[in-house]
Formats: sequence, structure tokens, C-alpha cells
Amino acid sequence: MSVDNYTQLGAAAIASSVRAGDMSPTETIRASFKRANEIGAGPDQLNIFLHANEKASVSEAEEIQKRVENAADVGVLAGVPIAIKDNIASLGLPTTCGSRILTGYVSPFEATAITRLRANGAMIVAKTNMDEFAMGSSTENSAFGPTRNPLDVRCVPGGSSGGSAAAVAAGITPIALGSETGGSVRQPAAFCGVVGVKPTYGRVSRYGLVAFASSLDQIGVIGRTVDDAALGLECIAGFDKMDSTSSDADVPIYRLAVLGKPARDARDARDPDTEAMRIGRIPVPPPPPPGETTLRGVVIGKPKEYFPDSLDTTMKDVCERALDRLRSMGATIRDISLPQSSLAIPVYYILAPAEASSNLARFDGVRYGLRVESGKGLKGMYEATRSEGFGREVTRRILLGTYVLSAGYYDAYYKKAQAVRTLIADDFRAVFSSGVHAIFTPTTPTPAFPIGAISDPYEMYLNDIFTVTANLAGVPAISVPIGRVRRLPVGGQIITAHFDEYGMFRVAYALEAALGKEAHQ
Amino acid sequence: MAVTRDDVLHIAELARLGVDAARADELTKELSAILAHMEVLSQVDTANVPTAAGVGVGGTPLRPDAGVPSLTIGTLASFAPSMRDGFFIVPRLATHEDSTESGA
Repeated sequence: MSVDNYTQLGAAAIASSVRAGDMSPTETIRASFKRANEIGAGPDQLNIFLHANEKASVSEAEEIQKRVENAADVGVLAGVPIAIKDNIASLGLPTTCGSRILTGYVSPFEATAITRLRANGAMIVAKTNMDEFAMGSSTENSAFGPTRNPLDVRCVPGGSSGGSAAAVAAGITPIALGSETGGSVRQPAAFCGVVGVKPTYGRVSRYGLVAFASSLDQIGVIGRTVDDAALGLECIAGFDKMDSTSSDADVPIYRLAVLGKPARDARDARDPDTEAMRIGRIPVPPPPPPGETTLRGVVIGKPKEYFPDSLDTTMKDVCERALDRLRSMGATIRDISLPQSSLAIPVYYILAPAEASSNLARFDGVRYGLRVESGKGLKGMYEATRSEGFGREVTRRILLGTYVLSAGYYDAYYKKAQAVRTLIADDFRAVFSSGVHAIFTPTTPTPAFPIGAISDPYEMYLNDIFTVTANLAGVPAISVPIGRVRRLPVGGQIITAHFDEYGMFRVAYALEAALGKEAHQ
Repeated sequence: MAVTRDDVLHIAELARLGVDAARADELTKELSAILAHMEVLSQVDTANVPTAAGVGVGGTPLRPDAGVPSLTIGTLASFAPSMRDGFFIVPRLATHEDSTESGA
């Protein structure tokens, strides 16, 4: 295997070649930067990167090389270049959240997810562009200008993790980290024709993820393929004492879901071979040829609320083809209902801004980031700093959140939204306890739209209409490429019950295999 | 319910955001339009529905009750806008006689 084919290689193949000595980490990191230069990842072109330091990345690669030469357990991501969304705290590179208010801020600590990636041999290429503080669905809200979609530079890449999705779609890295609050990994993955996974709330530590809405935020993984996403999530998942909301539930080897077996038949976590596979000492078995028994016994729900009459017929056609392929793999497709789905956007856009108005109070010019002196004392400094530091959408959401939490409106908006959130989560519980193993929906109502096409805030919010329910319920979900509409990528979404990422990957692997080239046609 | 211009100025002050007159008018319209979409929630019967502050499942695992290292003054000084003798320096409160920026 040659580094000349870098942009076509999956993370597992790169790591395997590096461990075997067929490829060096310095070669892979240089290949990544070469691709970034070819495609124009810098600010004047696609604007994918906010911060990159090739020299530092090469030094990191040389350290990994020493571990390889010393025959150490380098890890399942040995020599794999990775891009990181700029709201995840990193050492050595700034963490600005796409905001002027954190211009130049370099975190003194590192997010647990990044520490775990490094421990598995990964190397950080760059911090990627994003909607300011993850508030947006197009990456147009970045203080540093919009990112362009590598598949059509006139269009947005989606958001808020648009830079990370674009980095993977452009072949700069096989894996990137993003973050989700209402669909910010899955929606840009769908717009860029790559895979995006949001784990169960609590599956991945939030330590080092700059808080937007703490009851919804999760770090997610964007990958070129389902296998890249499974491998990335496997590395970062698991309990972390630094995040009191992280779960201590066992983390399976998600890559074994490719075998098409139910989780109960998967390997025992105490099996020595399983542990050897987890750290990359022995390979995961190759997948069997996809066939009509791959998903035998799997019941997939098709919720009527996600296929409304108003949905573009070409979007519907692509989804129906994906459902046909799932059926051909042995799955049973069952019509279901998630009756409260239409309430999800109003609920989300009350709860998320409310939490954001509290979380973003810390950016006040006192301890870090921007300070703007006003000559009007402490309060004047607060107002001048925050007014100059925050962009229009962040300001709008802070005010919306402050309003719904203020005396007189708290019960009508915030408390009401919390109760309806319970009903939305109950919808999912009812479906998954009725024998449905997974739910299939379109990830977005449309493919990527042109930059500047949507100016109305609420119209932009509606981009999250099919993704936000999974965040409100806390269940895992993945977006997988399922075809093209008007030559732009379309994503299909698979949702499973809490902590059943294994089942989610099983369906995703099967769908990817069954679609083959159709996924990008 | 529609948001008034006075509401916007009030919540902006609560949120420590300076909003000029033109922007206050824009925000009044924008927030009213957004909140109009939220009115649908008032039609939902939630009389016996518990509120959900979060969706954490499986409880909260506890960690050992032991101290962890904290950031050093030198680290804080590397990114603080203004520090002296280990303290963050802020402007004086405007209500003080001397409200100069340095606070010195």
C-alpha cells in the first residue's frame, strides 16, 4: 500500500501500513498537508482550516515513528492524520470556537477525546472552521468567513462542523472530530457526502468541549466511510472521570459490527483476542460478502413524520432506494410514528439558547480572550467586550435564551419545553420497546444550499428538523451517504436506542455495502 | 407573545450585551418572529409530564473524592487579558468615583 493513494485510504488501512512499516507517519502527515494545499484548505479558498502548524504536526509524526521503531503498541490510529473542530480544546493550537471573542486563545489543557486519539497514534493536522460557538447549520456564522463545500464551492458544507466535514470530503484526513448539539455532525456529513456519527449522550467525554448547551452537546466523529467513523468513535468513547455525565457502560469494538452479527453474538470484551483487536495487535476479521441474510431479524422503522408530503420527491426516491437495499439485506421495514417530532424545533430553540445564555456568560473579558475597554467601568467593559466579540447569531441566541429564562416567561417557554422534551424521548422509548431495532430517515430535508441563500433565522433552524430529535432524546444516530440529488450528496440517517451504537453501525455497514457506488451517484 | 423593544433592551442589559437603537429594532422583529413559532407548545397538554433537564441514562458514575491539579498562575497569565500579582485586573465599577480602566 502506497502513500500516493493517501486520499483513497481508510484510517484502518493507513494505521495497518504504518504499523507494518510500509508507510511512515511523516509520509502520511506530509500527504495530508499536500492534499490541503492542492485543494485550497486555507482562508482564501475553501477556508477549511482555522489553525494549522505543519512543522509541529511533522514533529508529532516523528514521535509516532519512534514508537513504531521501538515496536511499541502504537495504537489503532498509528500515523493517521486527524482534523479537529475548533471548539475542542487542544494543546499547541488555538481554540477559538470560530469567534472573535476567543481570538488567539490557546487552551492550557487538552480535551479527553483528543488525548485518546493521540494515545492511539493519531496526529492532529489542523483545527477546523465552524459556526461561531457551534450555532448554525452552514458554517456561514464563523467570524473567520464561511467554509465552502469541496463538492460544489458555491454551496455551504453544512454546519456547525462544516470545516471538519469538508476536511474529510476533500481527502485531507480520513477522520475528523466534530460536535453535535442539534445535528452539527450529521447534517454537514450529509451535505459533504461523508459519514457522521453522534453517539449516545454520555458515551463520549465532554471534557474540553467548549460548552454550548450542556444537556445536548456531544463530540462526534466524521469519517470517509462507516469503518472510519466506527474506529474513531471506538477510540474516544468510554467513561472519563473529568466529565460527570460520561457513562461507564462497556464500549464494544464497533468495527466488529461489520460482520453483521447481533451485539449479543459479538466478542466478549474479556476475550484476549478482543483486547488485541482493540489496540490493533491483530486485525478485525474481514466482512463477509453482503447478502440477503446480513440483516436477517433486524426491524427498521420508517417514521411517517420524516417523510412528509412536502419532502422533495427526488429526496424521497433516494431514501426509498436505500430502504429497498436494506430490505434486500434481510431487514424488515415497518411503518412507525414518532408523533411529537414536529415539536422538536421549537423545543430545541428554547432549550439550547437558554443553556447557551448561561454557558456563554463566562466570556466577559476578565479571564481569557478578547477584552474591549469602554471607559465606562466594569459593566461597560463587559458590554463592549461581548458586543464586539460575539457575532449576530450568537447575540440573537443569547438574547433568546435570556428571554425564555426571565421572570414571567420561564414557565411558558423553558419549563414547557422541558416537559415536551420528555414526550419526544418517550416517542423513541415506545418505538424501541415495540420490537424496532433501528429507525431510518433522511438526514436533511434538502441537499446543500448555496452560500447566502438562507437569511431568515427560523428557516435556517429548520435544517435541523430531522436531526434534532436524537439530541433531545439522547439516542445515537449516524448519517451515511445514500445518493445524489441534483449532483449533490444526500445522507440517510440511522437511529438506535441508547448505547446501541453497535446495532447502529451494523445497519450502517450493511447499507454502505449494499449501496456500493450508488451511495455517491 | 410579541417581544417589545423595551424587552430587548432589558434582556440585553441582563445578558451584558450592548445593543444600539437600530439593532434593537431588528432584534425586536427577529425574536418576535422566532417566538411566534414556539407558541405551538402552549397547545400541548403537559399537565402530568415530568420536565427533562437532561437525558443522561444510567446515572452519574462517581469518581474518587480526591483533588486534581489546578492551573498555575503562570498558565493563567499566558492568556488572561490583564493580571497582576496572581489576580485578574478589571476596571473599577462605574459607580465608584474613579472609574478609570486600569483599576490601579
